[in-house]
Amino acid sequence: MAEVLVFVDHVDGAVRKPTLELLTLARRIGDPVAVVLGGGAGVAAGVLAEHGAVRVLAADAPEFAEFLVVPKVDALQAAVEVVSPVAVLLPSSAENKEIAARLAVRIGSGIITDATDLEAGEEGVVATQSAFAASFTTKSRVSRGAAVVTVKPNSAPVEAAPAAGVVEELVVVFSALARGTKVLSRTPRESTGRPELTEAAIVVSGGRGVNGADNFRVIEALADSLGAAVGASRAAVDAGWYPHTNQVGQTGKSVSPQLYIASGISGAIQHRAGMQTSKTIVAINKDAEAPIFDLVDYGVVGDLFNVVPQLTDEVTARKN
Amino acid sequence: MSLRIVVCVKYVPDATGDRHFADDLTLDREDVDGLLSELDEYAVEQALQIADEADDAEVTVLTVGPEDAKDALRKALSMGADKAVHVEDDDLHGTDAVGTSLVLARAVEKTGYDLVISGMASTDGAMGVVPALLAERLGVAQVTLLSEVAVEGGVVTGRRDGDTASERVEASLPAVVSVTDQSGEARYPSFKGIMAAKKKPVVSLDLGDLGLDAGEVGLGGAWTVVDSAVQRPARTAGTIVKDEGEGGKRLAEFLAGQKFI
Repeated sequence: MAEVLVFVDHVDGAVRKPTLELLTLARRIGDPVAVVLGGGAGVAAGVLAEHGAVRVLAADAPEFAEFLVVPKVDALQAAVEVVSPVAVLLPSSAENKEIAARLAVRIGSGIITDATDLEAGEEGVVATQSAFAASFTTKSRVSRGAAVVTVKPNSAPVEAAPAAGVVEELVVVFSALARGTKVLSRTPRESTGRPELTEAAIVVSGGRGVNGADNFRVIEALADSLGAAVGASRAAVDAGWYPHTNQVGQTGKSVSPQLYIASGISGAIQHRAGMQTSKTIVAINKDAEAPIFDLVDYGVVGDLFNVVPQLTDEVTARKN
Repeated sequence: MSLRIVVCVKYVPDATGDRHFADDLTLDREDVDGLLSELDEYAVEQALQIADEADDAEVTVLTVGPEDAKDALRKALSMGADKAVHVEDDDLHGTDAVGTSLVLARAVEKTGYDLVISGMASTDGAMGVVPALLAERLGVAQVTLLSEVAVEGGVVTGRRDGDTASERVEASLPAVVSVTDQSGEARYPSFKGIMAAKKKPVVSLDLGDLGLDAGEVGLGGAWTVVDSAVQRPARTAGTIVKDEGEGGKRLAEFLAGQKFI
């Protein structure tokens, strides 16, 4: 059976959920071969094997952490040469899209980003994508080379499918440009204890109507009662009420959770571009004319400072 | 020695318009107005700031697109860019991201550069891959997704805010830089700037000028194929209730019914 490379997103061997989702999709196309860069491959190998990786190619070198993007491209290129895969899959993230791009040019392959589904087609891998703020759904494929595809989180269920997962060392010879962009320092984000925004099953977002940084506590309390991630509209971020890393929308994160709750968000096209593919959409807004209500499965026209705390109390009561 | 900055910008359909696909599954440009991609305005702004800080610098704005794409160049010139390069050729219709990076690379090389700057992504295709593709094509460092950027002594430094960490990064020129919408508000063109822009040179190049064949670009030369594009069905109208004191409780009932609680 054809082999499919899966680029593993992990922190010291702890594999992030979108990679496990990717293994589910990879199995539709062929035998998944996981590529783990940096430390912790031994730890990662166990969970990768449980989810279908027939082989785990591992490379560790300081270059992966000390320089931007290119060392990882060099490693994936080496993996492509070892495996001759029909496809190379990466979880969609800003950095992974850049890695995918450079790899595609190097190996002479077309590239598809932010796929929401993958299937094996007669002429190769077929990827589903959303276009124009999710108002269109397209099906595309790569017409040249192995398909290089990045896939959005929450695009497939995580399914166990035990396979051998034999760990093999991947030999990487770094290119002339590998040390081109040096990482001078790295400040990890403080953990909030909440799920990561793009991976979360439930996202609770606040917008202009939240009207102040302190008021975001109301949004956070609802998120915590539901075990959700917190998002913010661009208006709230630009006003300095919430960090840019939590921004949902065209210039922030694109999310596709099971449930999206928008509070005090009018629903400008730029925001809709980042959340319109959410499975169930709920909105709370004072303005009955707000465009967000065109998208909702359930909407409450009202003051979020009354509705949200009441909902939080009700969720907490029902859970206890 | 003069610092040569090339800003790559894109002419995109207005996102607030009714965007859709043409019969050949490329963007239909007929029914919707175009403009300079908002995310590229940040790139123009940073280029102008870097040029201001440098002893001697020249900012060239570059786009690949149809005749109307000159509007995007005019906007950038009126903000303060010195000159413009427009790559225009009928055979470019349907060029994908990989093909676009090839055209941009040739045009950038022909123009001459020390630094290439672009926005983090286009506001239409939104792939966010062209800066990385371009760096690979040019064989130079990429210093991308910066929320702060500075150039001094032939070195570009910046701050890159990722999902899990914020990084300080640096590279020697030549390099490809991309900036985010957090890099600083883009200036509005002044009346003086708009008038001055009319006199600034716009160089037009076609594929022949760049030594490219039609087969390397366009729909035929694309390395990806769109097989279908279907408009998402309008969402079925949801339940909308007015809060009369019980809005939160009723919403909780809905969420419980959907098994979210």
